[in-house]
Amino acid sequence: MTSKAAALAAHLPVIDAESQPFWAGTRRRKFLLRHCNACGRNHFYPRHACPHCWSAACEWRAAAGTGRIFSYTVIHENDSPPFREWLPYIVALVDLADGVRVTTNIVECTPDAVHVGMPVEVVYEDITDTVTLPQFRPLNPF
Amino acid sequence: MAQRICIVGIGESACGNVPDQTALQLHQQAAHAALTDAGLGKSDVDGLFSCGADWTHPLLLAEYLGLRPRHVDSTQIGGASWELFVAHAVAALQAGRCTVALVVHGSRARGEARQPRSGGTVPRPPRGPEQFEAAYGLTLTGKFALATRRHMHEYGTTSRQLAAVAVAANRWAQRNPKAFHHGTPLRLEDALRSRMVADPLRRSDCCVRTDGGGAVVLTTEERARNLRRPPIAVLGSGEAVSHLHMSQWSDLPDLAARDSARRAFEQAGIHPAEVDVLQIYDAFTIMVLLSLEAMGFCGRGESGPLAESGALDPGGALPTNTDGGALAAAHPGMRGVFLLIEAVRQLRGECGDRQVPDARLAVCNGVGGYLSSCATVVLGR
Repeated sequence: MTSKAAALAAHLPVIDAESQPFWAGTRRRKFLLRHCNACGRNHFYPRHACPHCWSAACEWRAAAGTGRIFSYTVIHENDSPPFREWLPYIVALVDLADGVRVTTNIVECTPDAVHVGMPVEVVYEDITDTVTLPQFRPLNPF
Repeated sequence: MAQRICIVGIGESACGNVPDQTALQLHQQAAHAALTDAGLGKSDVDGLFSCGADWTHPLLLAEYLGLRPRHVDSTQIGGASWELFVAHAVAALQAGRCTVALVVHGSRARGEARQPRSGGTVPRPPRGPEQFEAAYGLTLTGKFALATRRHMHEYGTTSRQLAAVAVAANRWAQRNPKAFHHGTPLRLEDALRSRMVADPLRRSDCCVRTDGGGAVVLTTEERARNLRRPPIAVLGSGEAVSHLHMSQWSDLPDLAARDSARRAFEQAGIHPAEVDVLQIYDAFTIMVLLSLEAMGFCGRGESGPLAESGALDPGGALPTNTDGGALAAAHPGMRGVFLLIEAVRQLRGECGDRQVPDARLAVCNGVGGYLSSCATVVLGR
């Protein structure tokens, strides 16, 4: 276990039947979405049945892994470990090209550079043997 | 046609910093005060509406209060629950499922704070949907900051406009001796210099954290005629729920009050322009701006300039949060019941220095969770 894993232990996912394929996916560097074969829409976070039409005819599909920042905040106060050691840090809602919105940190980016609409791409960090955490960083920083 | 239902009693417990009392004790004090105000007693209560202290809250509270209600409601949608309880109490009273409804809240939010005011992430193993959020350190204030940043992006809303909301609440608090920030004026420049909590929200954009309890008592108009206080009628109500996690709020930053207020206003047969006094749940300044737009008190993107114009201030065109609100008066964990209490005081004409002249029509907009739920109540005399 990495030191980051120890620090984040209380905040790491309790993997369940609905989420297991997603976390297996991030270990293989894939960001898996649920695609509904009845209504054609994607959704995230993953549910067994589609939240748009309630069809159970859903399958896992790999997202392109790119998107744009819909909104963000720079956290300056958080007394909880381990986050208090990481201040200030960026939390964003990212709209993936595949039509879903995810919560994430924006890494490899300073608080004064982040902005709404910024193109970003997924990066993966192995935290434990079972959890690989997806985060996003600016796309084409140049 | 269904009977009209009225608020006939209001009451508060000790509020502010109350280190020597329990949350249940504060429930009892508030309930006793409200029933005394109405000219009713404990034995009259047969409907109990409350949530928040425990998983089996209505069992715990009824037992503690020595009540055996025949109708209970403990729907938990966050701070808007008390506006929802008024709506549900009206339905229960009209259906004859109870005859006197007690809507009550009590909390030791200040004393029992497990986390700082910034709302640090509560450590608990993230199960279910929370497992896709918890590792990123999104704080309570951060969730509201996400909505604020998006509103700024779409409409050009500024930090100065947010600060104007905080200053308006503080100006009202200077006229309310019981407000937490009474005697502590806030200048716009000071608000804009207060420390950053979750960009773009500063300390001055966040509410106070207090202990306290409040209660309102409702019954039928027929019974209200024989009670101590002038009855305040519930003219309309509505509720709406949009999301729990910010990533799932499909129409962010369009607040669910759009639906709850439309339902309430249609039932009451009123338009925003007719409203004399507004109480809006304001744990964060952005909640006031989003509520004003969603309820139709101004157009999309117009709430910031409206706040900056002084419309929400004492003497303004839209007197809002006239007790000082959560930003400057009181926020015991969940604030919904205090919106109702202040609205009733205004309609009764009991507000002294902060009285809105000849207030006849009031609107309370509860907002719960993370801008997740809204319940709107229209009150009139």
